[in-house]
Amino acid sequence: MIEVKDLCKNYGSNKAVDNISFSAENGEILGFLGPNGAGKSTTMNIITGFLSATSGQVLINGTDVLEDPVEAKKNIGYLPEIPPLYPDMTVDEYLNFVYDLKKCKLPKRSHLGEICDLSRISDVRKRVIRNLSKGYRQRVGLAQALVGNPKVLILDEPTVGLDPKQIIEIRTLIKKLGKNHTVILSSHILPEVQAVCDKIAVINNGHLIADDTAENLSHSLAHENKIIVQIDGPLKEVKQLLTAISDVESIYERKTADKSITEYEISSKCDIRREIFKRMSARNYPILLMKSSELTLEEIFLKLTTGDFYGENGGEE
Amino acid sequence: MLAIMKREIRAYYTTPLGYVFTAVFWGFSGLFLWLNCLSAGSSAMGGVFQMMFFVNMIIIPVLTMRTIADDKRQKTDQLTLTSPVSLFGIVMGKFLGAFFVFLCSSLVMIIYGCSLSAAVASAGERFEWEMFWGHYAGLVLMGALFIAIGIFISSLTESQMIAAIGSIGVNIAVCLFDIISSYVSNETLAGIINSLSVFYKYNEFTQGIFSLKNTVFFVSAASLFLFLTIRVIERRRYA
Repeated sequence: MIEVKDLCKNYGSNKAVDNISFSAENGEILGFLGPNGAGKSTTMNIITGFLSATSGQVLINGTDVLEDPVEAKKNIGYLPEIPPLYPDMTVDEYLNFVYDLKKCKLPKRSHLGEICDLSRISDVRKRVIRNLSKGYRQRVGLAQALVGNPKVLILDEPTVGLDPKQIIEIRTLIKKLGKNHTVILSSHILPEVQAVCDKIAVINNGHLIADDTAENLSHSLAHENKIIVQIDGPLKEVKQLLTAISDVESIYERKTADKSITEYEISSKCDIRREIFKRMSARNYPILLMKSSELTLEEIFLKLTTGDFYGENGGEE
Repeated sequence: MLAIMKREIRAYYTTPLGYVFTAVFWGFSGLFLWLNCLSAGSSAMGGVFQMMFFVNMIIIPVLTMRTIADDKRQKTDQLTLTSPVSLFGIVMGKFLGAFFVFLCSSLVMIIYGCSLSAAVASAGERFEWEMFWGHYAGLVLMGALFIAIGIFISSLTESQMIAAIGSIGVNIAVCLFDIISSYVSNETLAGIINSLSVFYKYNEFTQGIFSLKNTVFFVSAASLFLFLTIRVIERRRYA
């Protein structure tokens, strides 16, 4: 498991990572989400001991990365943003080197064979890395992280450069690995995080602004029973009809491109979709669109990472 | 450490670098052997070893230029620095890799020694092996120091070019101590500058003097540069 406590990293006066704390248990996949330059890679580099923190603590299975780096690093498999490959080696030579480097004790031949099968690079094992395509390089990088079967996997944007079929394969693989490993993966691709991760940590400007499951995030940010409807009918009358529904709390209307159609955002105490339908159909005003305004991950992300939400939550900058 | 050393050696010999280094070493040492011994009819190899100082001053930086600079540029340092190997192990592995290539190339000097010895023996004289081993020890120690300097400079930059030119510059500067000292009138100061001179120390070896003092100088100077390399890498983590 991984525990990150009050992590800070300053580059001069610039705070790349500001007071981040989170943890991931064994068998958990934590998605690290944030726009470019948010501090994802920096945080991952600190967790793996590549960079040191200005302050704060990282524990890998209870071992402090700074205090006992060699022991802590034994438990980490790391795929950095750019896979750390030596272009002049063949895949086989490279994996053998990593095997020796990590002082791995598992039976060499079968272990490396297994990893190559998992990451689907068995057919390029004899080829020189320089000549491999981006997708293959990415997968060799992933294979490298798996050598030695470390308990903690840190994957920085693992699906970059892969084609859609490979992306699905790698996601399936990560999900499978997540059952008995602790996995942290970073991404700015939202559906990916949604598809793979149990928990999501959203990071922006070096601040951790959310750390929860995808559903909880969506719930906590979306207002209960808020729906958006588009109705073709005279504004005044439609609004009157809507206000007459007993549980409605507030209505905002917006003009759309078509003058006769208005969009209404309705908050209510309970589900009023049927009631709206009945009333509108009685007057023959067609409902053109009706959707719950429960936020998608994309909207959560935008909401969290744009200034207004950040301001509301007491950011200091 | 062993894994890194093995990879370094493999890298030297899967790229032309290792072979080119050896070829240049052999070419120049052969040339100087011909000039100093064969055509001059002498069996004293001191001159050959002395000239090899200047050759190594320029070719060793080429051997070491990519050691750490290239790791940084290709981001492979993210693999080595996040693997369960100490910084000492990483730097030492790189040092030993380059040192191995240098040592293999320098073995040719022993072949020269043997052939000279055979030629001298046929003339009924004795080849001075004691002198030769004194020279050879000097060459190996000098190689170790230049490699350590090269690795240190390589750790300061991402560009192999700058690393090579930088270490050639440092190597030349280290030799210039001699020339500077001859211009210094104050004797104590001249003595201090002289005592730092690598070339001066190496020259004692080429005269066949194996002194413990000079050996300690080379070993500690090489260790100093390797230690500085470790510090540079460590410092980068805190940057």
